[in-house]
Amino acid sequence: MNQWKNFTKGFIKENPVFVLLLGMCPTLGVTSSAINGLGMGLATTFVLVMSNIVVSIIKKQIPDKVRIPSFIVIIATFVTIVELAMEAYLPSLFKSLGLFIPLIVVNCIVLGRAEAFASKNNLVSSVVDGFGIGFGFSFALVLLGGIRELLGSGKLFSITVYPEDYVTLLFVLAPGAFIVLGYLIAIINRIKKD
Amino acid sequence: MAGRESNFRNMVITLFLVTFVAAGALGLVYEFTKEAIAEAKLKAQSEAIEKVLPSFEELGETFKVAAENGEDTIEIFPAYQDDQLVGYAVKTFTNQGYSGYISIMAGIDNSGNFTGYEVLEHDETPGLGSKMNEWFRNEEKPAQSVIGKNPESTEFEVTKDGGDIDGITASTITSRAFLEALKRAYRAYEEQEDLNTGSAGQ
Repeated sequence: MNQWKNFTKGFIKENPVFVLLLGMCPTLGVTSSAINGLGMGLATTFVLVMSNIVVSIIKKQIPDKVRIPSFIVIIATFVTIVELAMEAYLPSLFKSLGLFIPLIVVNCIVLGRAEAFASKNNLVSSVVDGFGIGFGFSFALVLLGGIRELLGSGKLFSITVYPEDYVTLLFVLAPGAFIVLGYLIAIINRIKKD
Repeated sequence: MAGRESNFRNMVITLFLVTFVAAGALGLVYEFTKEAIAEAKLKAQSEAIEKVLPSFEELGETFKVAAENGEDTIEIFPAYQDDQLVGYAVKTFTNQGYSGYISIMAGIDNSGNFTGYEVLEHDETPGLGSKMNEWFRNEEKPAQSVIGKNPESTEFEVTKDGGDIDGITASTITSRAFLEALKRAYRAYEEQEDLNTGSAGQ
């Protein structure tokens, strides 16, 4: 398989958020600002890559019937490692994302890639796939978070762009997440058509 | 997928090994990050104390006061400058927020006036209730600020309820909860002061 194609498919063609519509809970929950989206995206990328590596290495050793529980344990381990490391070294990011980090365990993107890709492909392809999908997810979250932050609080990456008196508060609240996501999906669908 | 045969023995061994390695890895990471996590928490707390009090040299021994519900505790950190008490930082809370629990570090000086506060933990609505971290210390709008005020001389209720503090627009519940937490801090401070003057009189 062409590795470059394998890597770039996560951005538009198989973007986990806009096209596969996986992992909606963290997507809608954390994207009230661009920096939150970036943190969540990178944490998920780390878990994706690591679990893809381990799954593709040990795929031959695991009996078919217990593969899902084994994958879940592997994913949960990496998620907990991310959680502990973030709490220790990035406490302020942990404060805003803390609630959503454990949810990466049940993020269907991670299990989906382990099951659908890493357990069928070799190590190199699995690593590339992990990075591709992970960065695609991060890209989607930063885009969504950036738009919501800009419209809802007049800032971008916490830098004030225009005064708070003109903001549309709705966009940092839950309904704004659905509205922005809907428009983004429509735009991506239009781009994919061409 | 060409996995091993799914017989009972293979499945048990696989699951055992996977969980065993996972547990080992987690134990290792936990040990490794334990100190850094404790340090980060302590640092966040001492930074909050420095923000809410005027300059001080050192913190005295921490007191813990039981809250009226008997379950939670309020922590009081006395601050000293040249061996003179300059004020207390009080870690207070409320459960009346729009999304429940709010934890606040409040600074109170010798005469009982609030010198500052810092919201430590909250889940209030972003853009509405979350404004409380700036709203109640806005120096340009004294009607909504709690800085330099004292629950004895000022009614710590939102104006809507007949009090003296302007609440956050469209976030009355958060504002009420915030003021409740500050009043709780003040009560803890008063109790502490009573104890101090009592022992000094002996």
